[in-house]
Amino acid sequence: MPLLETRELEKSFGGVKAIQGVDFTIEEGEIVSIIGPNGAGKTSFFNVISGIFHPDAGQVLFDGLEISGHTPSQITTAGIARTFQNVRLFPNLTVLENVMVGQHCRTKAGVFRSVLRTPSQRREEQEIEEKAKDILSFFGSRLVGYRFNQPAFVLSYANRRRLEIARAMATEPRLLLLDEPTAGMNPNETVEMTELIGRLRDERGFTIVVIEHDMKVVQGVSDRVVVLDHGVKIAEGTYEEVSTNDAVIEAYLGRPADLEGTA
Amino acid sequence: MTAVATQPEARAVRDPSRIEGRRVLKVGTLAGVAMIYVAAVGLLDTFNARMIISPILSLAYLLFFAAPFLAGRVFTKRIELEGIETKPATGADVGAAALAGLIAGLMPALFAWAVNTFPDLRSTFPGWSPQMVDLLTLGRGVAAAFLLLPGISAAVAALGAATGLLSKRVQKALAAGTFTVIGLALFSVVVDDFFDWFKALPDFLYPNAGAMSILSAAVSFVVAAGLALLLPGRVPKFTTGLASEDGATRRRSTLIGAVIILVIVLLVPRFLGGILNELLINVGFFALMALGLNVVVGYAGLLDLGYVAFFAVGAYATGVLTSPISPTWDPMLSWWQAFPIVLALAALAGLFVGTPVLRMRGDYLAIVTLGFGEIVRLLLLSDWLSPYFGGAQGIRNIPGIPIFGQEVNVTTPVLMVYMVMAFVALAAFISWRLEHSRIGRAWAAMREDEDVAEAVGVDTVKAKLTAFITGAVIASFAGALFAAKVGSVFTNSFEILVSIVILVIVIVGGMGNIVGVLVGAVVLIGVLGGPNQPGLLQELGEYKLLFYGALLVFMMLKRPEGLLPSRRRQQELHQDEFLQDAWLDRSPMAPGPSVAEPRGKDYEF
Amino acid sequence: MTTLDELPPAVEEEKARERRALRITWVDLFLWGIRVAAIIVILWGLIGSIQAFLAGEGLSAQGWRDLIISSLAQGCMYGLLALGYSMVYGVLGFINFAHGEVFMSGTMVGFIAANAMFENGLWTANPFLALFIVLIVAMVTSTLTAVIIERVAYRPLRGAPRLIPLITSIGMSFFVQYTFAGLFGVGFSTYPQAPEILAGSLNILGLQVRTTQAAVILIAILSMIGLWYFVTKTRTGRAIRAVAEDKEIAGLMGINVDRAIVSVFAVGGAMAGVAALMWSLLFRSVNFFTGFFPGIKAFTAAVLGGIGNIAGAMGGGVLLGLFEGVGPLLILGGLGIPGVSQLKDAVAFVALVLVLVFRPSGLFGERLGSEDRV
Repeated sequence: MPLLETRELEKSFGGVKAIQGVDFTIEEGEIVSIIGPNGAGKTSFFNVISGIFHPDAGQVLFDGLEISGHTPSQITTAGIARTFQNVRLFPNLTVLENVMVGQHCRTKAGVFRSVLRTPSQRREEQEIEEKAKDILSFFGSRLVGYRFNQPAFVLSYANRRRLEIARAMATEPRLLLLDEPTAGMNPNETVEMTELIGRLRDERGFTIVVIEHDMKVVQGVSDRVVVLDHGVKIAEGTYEEVSTNDAVIEAYLGRPADLEGTA
Repeated sequence: MTAVATQPEARAVRDPSRIEGRRVLKVGTLAGVAMIYVAAVGLLDTFNARMIISPILSLAYLLFFAAPFLAGRVFTKRIELEGIETKPATGADVGAAALAGLIAGLMPALFAWAVNTFPDLRSTFPGWSPQMVDLLTLGRGVAAAFLLLPGISAAVAALGAATGLLSKRVQKALAAGTFTVIGLALFSVVVDDFFDWFKALPDFLYPNAGAMSILSAAVSFVVAAGLALLLPGRVPKFTTGLASEDGATRRRSTLIGAVIILVIVLLVPRFLGGILNELLINVGFFALMALGLNVVVGYAGLLDLGYVAFFAVGAYATGVLTSPISPTWDPMLSWWQAFPIVLALAALAGLFVGTPVLRMRGDYLAIVTLGFGEIVRLLLLSDWLSPYFGGAQGIRNIPGIPIFGQEVNVTTPVLMVYMVMAFVALAAFISWRLEHSRIGRAWAAMREDEDVAEAVGVDTVKAKLTAFITGAVIASFAGALFAAKVGSVFTNSFEILVSIVILVIVIVGGMGNIVGVLVGAVVLIGVLGGPNQPGLLQELGEYKLLFYGALLVFMMLKRPEGLLPSRRRQQELHQDEFLQDAWLDRSPMAPGPSVAEPRGKDYEF
Repeated sequence: MTTLDELPPAVEEEKARERRALRITWVDLFLWGIRVAAIIVILWGLIGSIQAFLAGEGLSAQGWRDLIISSLAQGCMYGLLALGYSMVYGVLGFINFAHGEVFMSGTMVGFIAANAMFENGLWTANPFLALFIVLIVAMVTSTLTAVIIERVAYRPLRGAPRLIPLITSIGMSFFVQYTFAGLFGVGFSTYPQAPEILAGSLNILGLQVRTTQAAVILIAILSMIGLWYFVTKTRTGRAIRAVAEDKEIAGLMGINVDRAIVSVFAVGGAMAGVAALMWSLLFRSVNFFTGFFPGIKAFTAAVLGGIGNIAGAMGGGVLLGLFEGVGPLLILGGLGIPGVSQLKDAVAFVALVLVLVFRPSGLFGERLGSEDRV
């Protein structure tokens, strides 16, 4: 059974059809890239999977269970975590706190235990902190030490992206959705991020879907590439297959007779 | 919600050598308008009886001449841009200030002339009476006022400007002296009451009927200013410590604050008379409610304008359950037996109010909760439910709280103070523990960005309801105590104004910071008073809401994070400054990573 | 594809976790419960009232008609006030709590004018001119108040987190209220009796309507037409709409954002001034607290209609007037609850809660700028 499967997914906003009948699958342990021109419906696709939008029609199955129609937090708890295209951290929380929030859905202490600070609650808090520190150390020395207690807004752009991934990791997902993880990064950082995405799977065992514009990154990380255009899946296959596909080239370079523009 | 740091307005560089006519005119006019305002609104009349230094200065004139003083200070204020002082003030600025003061003083004189010449105005503006003109002209008549008022305000403005020429240290000492004198004069009741066992001090300070003499004012000024000169800023250190970024410093400051508060709380009621204990009890009620609202607004970021509803639920539930003559039921439980039921009912009320508003836009919350607050009040007041809640008659004969065989109620103020303080401590403890827990983190995340919090697995529905319920329960503490203390409950204790005042306390004190909220309650309720309760400035009467309003606007414009802000709030509103600090922090605090990191690749900001 | 055996916990446990996570929440059930209960209660009350009406108890047909028309008139007033809230929210994204005080300033200063004209006889000699003067005075005062408040309190807060201008506006509201209390005293002043022509009632299409109420409704319609023209056809109106959509882009397109915002406050103030005249016709008595509750009601109306939506604000106002005028007697009376008129305000707020439970973005839909949309 695939880890995530969408069947005939549809979503439109007013007159704009953002997603039209997309079938998509990903197996446990795979890294799949989604590419497509601007406005192709990639981010909408993520938003539907992660529960921010509800699909108009079709199904989203996670590990065989229907998840569409549930709230984002339920879906995250079920095991899908995501990052955002325009990095969205909790800017005034510290770096460590940002990651600790990610542990929320994996921990239990309620009001009474928190007020009484019972031994089990204290143990839990300690575990949360240790896990958060462990996750942050995954990114080398960038987000550790004195960084722990700095508010997130002082971080550089690249570090914000890393922190966002750390926060997603802290929810202990099985499936990680990364929305343009290298956007706004310089070439060095991009290379590093490519490597990091591989490590996320190899060392932490996440299954990963990544939306990406940078073809070097796509080539570097993907087992498989899915191409969306105007909300329709127009191609799927290995990077080599896709990059030579006529429909894909047409989608990127434009159709001669197409006057519709981008939706 | 994304916070945008407010940019300091770019200031035009001034030429120091000449007095700018337009600026003088503008500042002078504004100060003059402020002076007219003080007189026209009736503050002169109201505060004339409150002497600061008998017989030369009353609170009325202190307010009246504050405008030219502050206007004067504008001229010699040293503008700092990026830590560099642009221009040292000179004697010419003092001259400009005097000129502005002259203009300012002319305006109230003209106003006095107008009121005097057109007595018909009085039919529309009842406060513009001959007495007011008399006060406005310092009792010397309108003609003399045209000389006196400009003269005095020019002198005051020049004085204000002159203080700006002094060194920072001396300025601080003078301010300490001035505020000590004003504080001692305003809080004469407290000092008098507190030093009951050492009558010599109040007798010296207030030789004539609660007002300071020139001598005692001078002595206190010198003592306070001297102390301030000799002891370098301990107090500011403490207050910045509370907002410090460094956890250890903050904890230490909080601990010191807590110890001081504890000592005061344990010792003070013993020394105080009935009036002040009454005041302290009121402060306690509002502190409790403010702590509860702080959980809802400060931690979870849910703006609740109908918070008083939960206070009402607590009070009415206690009344119904304990009063022997409550209209329909009289289970006549004791207060302690009723208490858990009251808490449960309040929690239920929190759930009931919280649930329908969960999916609404953040800002709609304000109006919907305000609506709920009114619905609760109107239902309690209605004829329909009067068989249960007594309608306009309310519920009477509510017994006190039995402790060790003694009944604690309005007749035992000292015990009541301890009782209220104990619950304030409990509420503070609960909020503190929650703030530093998994739940507190979830609230903080939700306050920052609700959608993202939801997306990283925080069940925002649950988090919001937890906040609402915690807040409701804390407010019901206050309600239950209130019912037992007063012995009867009526709906007029639960008007919208109460909700607003609680919100003001939270905001002025420092949203999200427990100590700040407590300080806010002491300062606002203690000094200005609650909507139905007089504070130390009793003659404020209705005007206290004017001051509440002005204070709120002033705080939002000048110090939106409150008196003692929480670290996060401070950060949020001053992000650019924190960015500088973070940059400075790099080297000393981070020997490892910051040096090892290649700069070009990973620079900040 | 490496080391699948390193993957975290056992599959069974994962499955259970997923299932637990994906249950329907009780919150949804609760909300459905509220919806169903509300419909049942409303229907029950309606049936009760209809039965009573058919049995010839309670109000007569004429009585109901009068009630509806007076509610409509009051609703028009709420609607004009709601415009101010709605427009400011649409442009700046915060609730201008002080708008009720803008309205109050119009009623108070309008009273001075009315009283003066009553004393010199103009009120009775030329009632239309007199009312027109009151209208102008009220509009000018309210506009001035609104613009001054914007300049002093809100302009320095551009770009601050939205809670801050909201709290400032609460502070401003009390400041203005008690400034007026200090100036005019706390007592009530009563506008002179409406001029002769407005005293009786009119026969409009067979309906007996009190002339003041007819006048109020007419003024509201005229003001709406004026406002519609202003917003859609004039340069300033276009600037306002552009600024509401996106301040930054509007600024880049050469629109003076500050001026557009001031004109929003000015227009809102002018409409509040018109509402002030209506108040003087409908209720006559004013004091410094006159603005507070109508302000809250008008904001409720703005939310009800869908905030940022100009037509929605007017519609929300009219509906709110109907809900609180007719609702208590029609629904609560039908349920047999005594003293329903005391529950007028409660009904208005319950209506707000219910509308938002059924339609979270208001009856006619929100119109918000790019920054405020979710």
